[in-house]
Parts: sequence; C-alpha cells; structure tokens
Amino acid sequence: MATLNDVKTKIGAVKKTKQITKAMGMVATSKLRGAQKNMDGFRPYAGKFAEVLGSLAEKAGEGASPLLVAREEVKKINIVLCTSDRGLCGGFNVNLITAANKFLNELPEQEIDISFTNFGKKGRDWCRKNKIEIDSENIGIIGAKFGFNVALTAGQKLVDEFLDGTYDEVYVVFSEYISMAKQIPTIKQILPIPPIETAEDEEVTDKPYQAEHICEPSPGELLGDLLPRHVYVQIYSALLETSTSEHAARMAAMDNATNACNDMIDSLTLAYNKARQSAITSELMDIVGGAEALKG
Amino acid sequence: MAGNIILEVVTPEKSVVSENAKIVIAPGSLGEFGVLIGHTPFLSTLKVGSLRYIDEDNVERYVFISGGFAETLPDKVTVLAESAERRRDIDIQRAKTSLERAQKRLADISRKEDFDFMRARTSLERALHRMKLAGSRA
Repeated sequence: MATLNDVKTKIGAVKKTKQITKAMGMVATSKLRGAQKNMDGFRPYAGKFAEVLGSLAEKAGEGASPLLVAREEVKKINIVLCTSDRGLCGGFNVNLITAANKFLNELPEQEIDISFTNFGKKGRDWCRKNKIEIDSENIGIIGAKFGFNVALTAGQKLVDEFLDGTYDEVYVVFSEYISMAKQIPTIKQILPIPPIETAEDEEVTDKPYQAEHICEPSPGELLGDLLPRHVYVQIYSALLETSTSEHAARMAAMDNATNACNDMIDSLTLAYNKARQSAITSELMDIVGGAEALKG
Repeated sequence: MAGNIILEVVTPEKSVVSENAKIVIAPGSLGEFGVLIGHTPFLSTLKVGSLRYIDEDNVERYVFISGGFAETLPDKVTVLAESAERRRDIDIQRAKTSLERAQKRLADISRKEDFDFMRARTSLERALHRMKLAGSRA
C-alpha cells in the first residue's frame, strides 16, 4: 500500500492538473464566445449571398459557368481538411480525420490521385504520417482570429487549379457546429459547385422576394463573378465552424477532465484518510501495548 | 423625396452600415449609380471605390468598398463587400504601408500576367482609394 506521503504528493499533483484543465476550459469558453460572435457576424452576409446567388442561378440556367460543370472523368481530388492546431480537445481531430479517411476509402477503386489542403496542424501531421500528398498547409488559422482574406487566398488557388485541370473535384471536411455539446464532422463538395438550392426551403421572408432583377453586367457575367466568391464563402464558413467547434470541444473535454480530477481527488483523499487513520491506530496500539508491558 | 431607403453594407466579418438613407451612390463596375426609394430591382457588381450616401440628418457619408456586389430593391440597398470601412475608420497608416509594399512589388515583378502582379495591383488600388477617401476627411 502507498505510504502516507506518496498519497499526499499524488493529491497535490492532481490538484495542479485540475488547475490547468480548469484554466484551459475557461480560456476555451471565452474564445468560444469570440468565435460565435464571428459566426454571427458572418451570417447576414452568407444569408444574403445565398439568396442572391440562388435567384441568379435560376435565371442563368445550367452550365453557365465552368465552375458548375461536373467532370466526366475524375482523376484528381483535393480535400480541404480543417482540423485544429492543438490537441487536448477530446475526439475532435480524430473524428474529423476519421471522416476524411472514411471518405477516401469509399471512393471508387480507380486511379484517383488525392491531395490535401490542410488547415490545422493535426490534419497535416496525419497526412505526413500516412504519406499523403499535401498541396498546401495553413497553420495558425483555426482557433485564432482570422479574416476573410484567408479564405479568399485559399479559395482563389483552388478555383484556379480547378479551372486549369489540376483538380477535378474539391471537397471540404470540416466540423459543423450544432451546439455547445454537438459538433458533427461534415464533408461538402465545393468544386464543381453543386446545384445551388434556391431559398425556397428556407423560412419564408415577410415579403415575396422580387426575383426580376436588372443585372449589370449580364446575369451570366454576374454569375461568373459571384460563383468564385461562393467558393470563398463556403471555405470561410467551414473555417469559422471548425474554429467554433474546436473551442466547444475543448471546453467540453476540459470540463470532463476537471470533473475527473475532482473524482480522483475525492478517492485519493479517502485513501489518504484511511491510511492516516490506520497509522494512528497502530501507533495507539503500540503505546497501549508499551504501557501494559511496563505495568506488568 | 418620398422617403428613405434602407442601406445595409455587410462584409463577411460584420455589418458595417445599417441605416436609413435619402440617396445612395455606389461605384458599380460599369459606372457609378445612384439609388433613391422605389428603384427597380437591380443587381450590380461593384469595383473598388467609395460609396456615398446621405443620411436622415442630411449629412453626406462615405464608405470605402473593396469590390463586391450590390442588390437594390425598391426599399432597400444591400451591399456585400469583401471589406468595407466607414471613412472615419480607415487606417491611413496601414493603407500607406500597403501602398508602399504594393509599389515595391510592382517594381520588382516583370511578368505582367503573374498572379502576384494582379494581387499587388489590386492591393495598390485599394490602398490608393482608402488614402484618397481618408484624405478628403475635412
């Protein structure tokens, strides 16, 4: 059995761990608030953008832009993998990577080249470890403060590479933020742009939407201008969602860790008290035994 | 004037302007256009430049827009821009440094079709517009 001192040291150690997990949890909470604010700030833009794009896409018809046309032969795929830079956030990164891996395994068994665009260190490390081609990596973005220009730069590169035939399809793997307790790894095709849903299934706005716009320049040209932007918007929203999810996941993980620390401290304290009590008892027995011996 | 039109300028990061205006004048890619209430639904791309509007108190206000597009409805103008700042929020120092950086880049780069060249040029354009707008601040 552990000696009294051992148990005492152990309790001290667990208490210190608890302080750390608690502090990390608190940091994650405040960062989560910031990330949620960013998401809220983005929502009006995204909403309006989808609305305009939807009405425009209807008008311009199919095949209006090369970004909309699916390639008959898919030879090379790029996957934008969004993970966090840092660990200690539970199964967050593992879930994302598993989702990406599952997606890879489900691809038809032809010769398809895969390469990754990495956002976040964890995904990059996984690619390196598995010797998967990395097209570009962006560290220090997810979980930190970043602007639209990050998505713009990455998106421009992908659109250019899609157009010149380097890639036939581009997907993004990110963590969708549902609530504090729920984040779902999600895969979305971003290029070629899947058919754009019109705003019909969205909640009906108070006024009927006037779709008949005069367009300047022509609807086709406008669409050509808006579609690449649609890609940037998708990437930006994936980055925002993943950032928010990361903080939420870390918060939950740290909360669990703090609780586990509490449990451990409780049981260790119990063990410590028991050990102390038995030490006292045996000391008393000694004294009583000694006194008895002297009397006799 | 029959009334005011709602002007909203949003960027992916936040909403920059949301208020009533008497008239909105925006830098369309095919030329500047002005919008009063009751305008026909209209969609236009925007170039880098400044958007002007006259607010309810008859004060003329300026907003820097770095490209994007605008949707006009009879009672509302929505501008979606990649970045936008009110004139008073423009960071002159930052614009100056980015101007210098862009100029240096342009001097370095010889191939004109280059991606970086385009970037430097748009960056130069943005910086110039920002400085022009901020400089006109009386």
